[in-house]
Amino acid sequence: MSTFWSLWISVIVLGTIFGCVWLLWATRKSQTTDTETDRTTGHSFDGIEEYDNPLPKWWFYLFLATCVFSLGYLVLYPGLGNFQGILGWSSTNQWEAEVAEAEEKYGEIYAQFGDTPVVELANNDDALKIGQRLYANNCQVCHGSAARGQIGFPNLTDDDWLYGGTPDAILNTLHNGRMGAMPAKGVMPNMTGEQVDQVVNYVLSFSGREKDAEAAKAGEAVFAQGCAACHGADAKGNQAVGAPNLTDNVWLYGSTYEWIKETVLYGRQNQMPAQSGRLTEDQIQILAAYVYSLSN
Amino acid sequence: MKHEIVEKNLGLMIVLIILTISGGFLVEVVPLFFIQETNEPVEGLEPYSALELEGRDIYIREGCHVCHTQQIRPFRAETERYGHYSVAGEFVYDRPFLWGSKRTGPDLARVGGRYSDAWQRQHLYDPRSVVPESNMPAFPWLFEDRVDHTRTADKMETLQTLGVPYTDEQIANAASQVEGKFEIEALVAYLQQLGTVISDKR
Repeated sequence: MSTFWSLWISVIVLGTIFGCVWLLWATRKSQTTDTETDRTTGHSFDGIEEYDNPLPKWWFYLFLATCVFSLGYLVLYPGLGNFQGILGWSSTNQWEAEVAEAEEKYGEIYAQFGDTPVVELANNDDALKIGQRLYANNCQVCHGSAARGQIGFPNLTDDDWLYGGTPDAILNTLHNGRMGAMPAKGVMPNMTGEQVDQVVNYVLSFSGREKDAEAAKAGEAVFAQGCAACHGADAKGNQAVGAPNLTDNVWLYGSTYEWIKETVLYGRQNQMPAQSGRLTEDQIQILAAYVYSLSN
Repeated sequence: MKHEIVEKNLGLMIVLIILTISGGFLVEVVPLFFIQETNEPVEGLEPYSALELEGRDIYIREGCHVCHTQQIRPFRAETERYGHYSVAGEFVYDRPFLWGSKRTGPDLARVGGRYSDAWQRQHLYDPRSVVPESNMPAFPWLFEDRVDHTRTADKMETLQTLGVPYTDEQIANAASQVEGKFEIEALVAYLQQLGTVISDKR
């Protein structure tokens, strides 16, 4: 803040406080007596008159006390332009102190858990309690409070993993996030409406639910051309690119004919946001252990 | 000074009343128009793109700011949940700012990148489909209505007059960038950039 604005603020603030004190004294002096009388101000409004009595003492001294308090406050805390107050308080260093205190209290626990391998941590009840809370604050909005996921957001409690369920894979997912992108019609942009119907039937046939056996059979060729690049020739998926296994009857985007058709026609885009930078390394380690513990 | 003089001279009374009530404004508000801390953008801050700007206007139109604040206070409890506390330099291109005053829903100052686009869309279409205990209203019409592109350039021009550093080229391209977009796209674009300029979330 420039000197001008610093002075501007200081002069007005102090001027206001001393102005209040002056006003209080000046009006008090104009009253010749400080005891109650029947004297009026001389005004008469529709016959209503106003007593001209001194201010009540308790009120007068309370007002003076607030003026003294405000001066004391301005000495201790920032309020006069660039003067920071003799306590040196600021909202930023109050926050820093608060964070430092928490760091001292919890830092050691976090550091200890952060150095423990995920598998071992997944058997530590204290770590899992912290993990459960971290999960509730950061993950359950998408994956659900019971971690069972929902359409578009994977279930974390089963053994079915899009990108792998090893501790390293989970850590990688948490740290760097994942981009799940299935292009519309796979890698076969000129797929016809009939071929879409065929490939959907083919995908349904893995779980024995095809509507039209003939179409399903024809869908095999379409699948090989448009889908196998990611989902694999056997449709068992590919964790390197996050392509789901289509044969296990676990569905990320709905399992009915209509849902699968929509997926094929328009593709699917979703993202797991990277948590590095949002959470500390230690917190991510604990979260990974919590997620690991859900299915192991 | 006699009371009577003040009471019987309306002009004098008006002047004294204005003087009395302007103290707080002169001290607490006027300096903010001129000091560096509130006028310098933080490093890397860019003005809203045409689509984000339209999204912001939808955010205002739907009253999001009534239930969501956009200001993280410097308390550990808030910075742990939402990320780095808000600083004045993040809001220099916000006219008006949308800090809000009441949190019925969570603070959104750093919601950008926190959830995926798909989540944002699903949540705005039907909040309870992703957060069962939510009491947020659904906004299905955002998925049907298109952004009004006819006023985008005017809005950016007005902001340019107020000191937001839009280039003439950006203004010329504004309409074409938002034309035909659904309102949900604009709103999600706005939400996904909120608070991302300070990348250190801790």
